[in-house]
Amino acid sequence: MSQTMRFSIYRYNPETDSKPYMQDYTIEVHAGMMLRDALLKIKAEDESFVFRHSCGEGVCGSDGLNINGTNGLACITPIAVLKQPVEVRPLPGLPVIRDLVVDMEQFYHQYRSIKPYLTVHDPEPEEEYRQSPEDRDKLDGLYECILCASCSTSCPSFWWNPDKFRGPAALLQAYRFIADSRDQSTAQRLDELEGPYRLFRCHSIMNCTNVCPKGLNPTKAIGEIKKIMLKHYV
Amino acid sequence: MAQDLPRRKFDALVIGAGGGGLQAALQLARADAHVAVVSKVFPTRSHTVAAQGGINAALANVLPDNWHWHMFDTVKGGDYLGDQDAIEYMCRTAPRLVVELEHAGVPFSRLDNGKIYQRPFGGQSQNFGGEQAARTCAAADRTGHAILHSLYQQNIRAKTHFFDEYFALDLIVDDDGYILGAVVLEIETGKPLIIEAKATLLATGGAGQIYRTNTNAHINTGDGMAMALRAGIPLQDMEFFQFHPTGIAGKGMLITEGARGEGGYLLNKDGERFMERYAPHAKDLASRDVVSRAIYTEVKEGRGCGPDGDHVMLKLDHLGPEVIQKRLPGIRATIQAFLHMDPVNEPIPIYPTAHYTMGGIPTNRHGQVVTPAGQTPEEVVPGLYAAGECACVSVHGANRLGGNSLLDIVVFGRAAGNHIIEQLQTNRYHRPMTGDSIERTMARLQRWDRKGDGISVGEMRNRLKKAMEDYCGVFRTEDLLAEGVQKIVELEGQMDSVRLKDHSRIFNTARIEALELENLMDIAVATMCSAHARRESRGAHSRVDYPERDDEHWLKHTLFFKEGRKLDYKPVRTKPLTVESFPPKARVY
Ligand SMILES: Cc1cc2nc3c(=O)[nH]c(=O)nc-3n(C[C@H](O)[C@H](O)[C@H](O)COP(=O)(O)OP(=O)(O)OC[C@H]3O[C@@H](n4cnc5c(N)ncnc54)[C@H](O)[C@@H]3O)c2cc1C
Ligand code: SF4
Ligand code: FES
Repeated sequence: MSQTMRFSIYRYNPETDSKPYMQDYTIEVHAGMMLRDALLKIKAEDESFVFRHSCGEGVCGSDGLNINGTNGLACITPIAVLKQPVEVRPLPGLPVIRDLVVDMEQFYHQYRSIKPYLTVHDPEPEEEYRQSPEDRDKLDGLYECILCASCSTSCPSFWWNPDKFRGPAALLQAYRFIADSRDQSTAQRLDELEGPYRLFRCHSIMNCTNVCPKGLNPTKAIGEIKKIMLKHYV
Repeated sequence: MAQDLPRRKFDALVIGAGGGGLQAALQLARADAHVAVVSKVFPTRSHTVAAQGGINAALANVLPDNWHWHMFDTVKGGDYLGDQDAIEYMCRTAPRLVVELEHAGVPFSRLDNGKIYQRPFGGQSQNFGGEQAARTCAAADRTGHAILHSLYQQNIRAKTHFFDEYFALDLIVDDDGYILGAVVLEIETGKPLIIEAKATLLATGGAGQIYRTNTNAHINTGDGMAMALRAGIPLQDMEFFQFHPTGIAGKGMLITEGARGEGGYLLNKDGERFMERYAPHAKDLASRDVVSRAIYTEVKEGRGCGPDGDHVMLKLDHLGPEVIQKRLPGIRATIQAFLHMDPVNEPIPIYPTAHYTMGGIPTNRHGQVVTPAGQTPEEVVPGLYAAGECACVSVHGANRLGGNSLLDIVVFGRAAGNHIIEQLQTNRYHRPMTGDSIERTMARLQRWDRKGDGISVGEMRNRLKKAMEDYCGVFRTEDLLAEGVQKIVELEGQMDSVRLKDHSRIFNTARIEALELENLMDIAVATMCSAHARRESRGAHSRVDYPERDDEHWLKHTLFFKEGRKLDYKPVRTKPLTVESFPPKARVY
């Protein structure tokens, strides 16, 4: 059973367009289709339309987009739940390279800034570090982040200060290492988040948590860091 | 023209930022080599991220185990086509590598004593074919994600130089056959760039996109394999393509073998646990080729499920919500998103789907690419390495065991990295560039600027995938394959009439897809021709007209050359490094 569906898509090619515009498409859709399938159909009709995507199952984080005003992943957004015409725009707040493709460097820069790697100062044993199942459970809801940027680009604090505020995704990862019983750099990690911007620009408005397609909760992680900081410095 | 292109110079160039490429890059960066990593997507978007079930190592954390048993299972799983020196090396190194990954930060699931959690996977045994083993180290069902992110993170720490969203076009080959680096295309600007290196490593992953229904990402187009073919290097054992038994029916997304490792099993329409008939001992945890053929047979003989009888069911609900949520949360989410079903409540419709490229660029166990020259079947190609799914070292032989690929990529990524470090000690300078390989690459690129009507890239890709599915699937025959070769060669001939409509420069993904299509075509031709020639059944290559394995004539590796579509063969390395060889035996599970 097929029917048609209307889409309104953000278009901008710096080689030919003086400014961005919205382009309408009507395509045939079928039950069970995801937004990525629909965008691929549009691309088959109009080769010049550009968006990133790869795994098609919500694990690679390539296709974070603004869909009817909310950020999410095209490949796991069923079109059945979308109001028409479906408005698809690039993730807000980042420079647009072309159509739905944004320049993610600011986002990646903030990620790199929190030193997202396990740091251990003791000599390495010849076996695995021991970690109890309870300690390992503390990493659930943190390590699964796919760096899709849906959260950070839905956060007003990140829009205004993308160079100074780390943003929810990077802070979630900062907490992922603070929470890891194996990591021995908590003090440095906390020190580096000091100051009015890096962490404390978060006003807990929860946009990040509401949009995260993996069901993660950056707001909570940020709250945990703040709590530890208080204990640490008191 | 080549003189006008911008250039960068590095000690080592790694093409591909999946687990294989990142492990090699980490080795190199930690040794203070100046290393560049080129990837057509941001590193953590590489397809290693999708690996679910886990990575094999005989840690013996759950059940008794040792590397020698792991070696036996791998040799047998590969239907005796694997090279036993490389297999011994991989299985011996595995425990150390997994510990290294854990130290690098991988959040493995844990046992009560704090050690790494291990689950049973298909084809694993204790004591050379005895009881089921539990050898697969897992981070829930997101092991690939956990490994890829940790490796990327450690590369950030090591200050590896990344070229993200650069598409590698071709290797640069000089007049003496040395590989001097690669020509790459910056996707954002559409501008070509030459990257010179004293050593180049291909780690570009598999080619699952040659089939219509597959578990692979859109980007898995076998680019590195095709680059090797165009540089005159053959591809090895391409007829062996793995169909994973449990893809979501009609869609292809993977349900990890870990689901059966945790206790799930398959049912036909009569509610029968049919694997008991096909593999009385290992049942649902028999090797993948065995389980895939069993499912096909059930469906063909009318015992499939659903209104069209075109799939079977995977039952998990008896495991209980706790086990499913703790050990298989990722696949539960995927099933909910794509099937609107919950494995906690009901069985899941599944069907075999194209999954893994066992064949690839021939290498030795140091990751050096080798090709026949004169009387020697394995002459090193100077300056070139390959590791991961694009390579064929060969540890998987005719059929890969689950959990052995994540292992393969890190073991041989690391071995290649280490060998390059050694080579850099003696190769202090870049070689001068001679030859016209850059000109040929640029000409190939410029062909896509031609305007006018023609077949679209998408249309051609669909034809190719359909041909592969129709003529080169799970069950093969002489007639089918002969027709398939004709068909695919005909499609290859039509490539000249494929045209792009969009000729813009900036982030032109249509152009990238056109270049990927050229690669897919090369791989499809290699696969079909290699399959047509092999007249026996071994591992994943199942010939209805030659149902038996024929060790007398076919215990040998296939080599396919692009030039003249020539086939050649070389012996299997049956001699391990230190232990006795495992001679071919009948393969029962
Ligand atoms: C769904 C799924 C689940 C799996 N589960 C398991 C499992 O549980 N256990 C297991 O052992 N194995 C598993 N496998 C297999 C395993 O994940 C892969 O074989 C392995 O991850 C491949 O790693 P790689 O480093 O070789 O390549 P990939 O991770 O595919 O990386 C390839 C890299 O090359 C780059 N690249 C490719 N072409 C170009 C080009 N032209 N220019 C620039 N860069 C390029 C890409 O950008 C990417 O960075 C699974 C596979 C799939 C598909
Ligand atoms: S926290 Fe969620 S929304 Fe933010 S980058 Fe990670 S996966 Fe995406
Ligand atoms: S395409 Fe990978 S997350 Fe959507």
